[in-house]
Amino acid sequence: MFETVTIILLLSMLITLLRFLKGPTLSDRVLAFDVLSIMGVSLLILLALHFEQSYYLDIALVFGLIGFLGSTLFGRYIEKGL
Amino acid sequence: MEILAYFFILIGVLSFLISAIGLLRMPELYTRMHIGTKATTMGTFFVVLGAIVLQPSWSAELILLTIFIFMTNPLSSSVIARAAHTDGARLEVDDLDKDIR
Repeated sequence: MFETVTIILLLSMLITLLRFLKGPTLSDRVLAFDVLSIMGVSLLILLALHFEQSYYLDIALVFGLIGFLGSTLFGRYIEKGL
Repeated sequence: MEILAYFFILIGVLSFLISAIGLLRMPELYTRMHIGTKATTMGTFFVVLGAIVLQPSWSAELILLTIFIFMTNPLSSSVIARAAHTDGARLEVDDLDKDIR
């Protein structure tokens, strides 16, 4: 059951990575990065459930924070430059 | 109980899959943004719900994570939409209504 769920999640991360590589503009890539970071948070939650170690959740929290900061920073960069 | 938890997680992960397919197939940036942010919020909600059912002792941390994602995900998508509009992305005109008339 865990394997099925993880394989579906990794498949969707792979498809999002395709959009990340293909994306015509920078904004598409930033959007794909945002979606990838949220999927990464869910992948970390699934890993925490599988290994029954709660410190993966701390990593998930920090990862969500960094992903949000990254997409906000890139949005500001697109809008105003460095 | 485990079956219920994995049912919730399966709903969330299928929502992620729909989001990824839509991200690949949608024609322009704003429609991609529409599917890329709402479906992932729902997917995170259901994955966290399944995790809470499976491990109730972690529920404080998981609820904190969910509140955080629910607050930051619309904010970051709004920032990306604003930046893309400044960058010059515009809505494509839908050709479907011309065919109907």
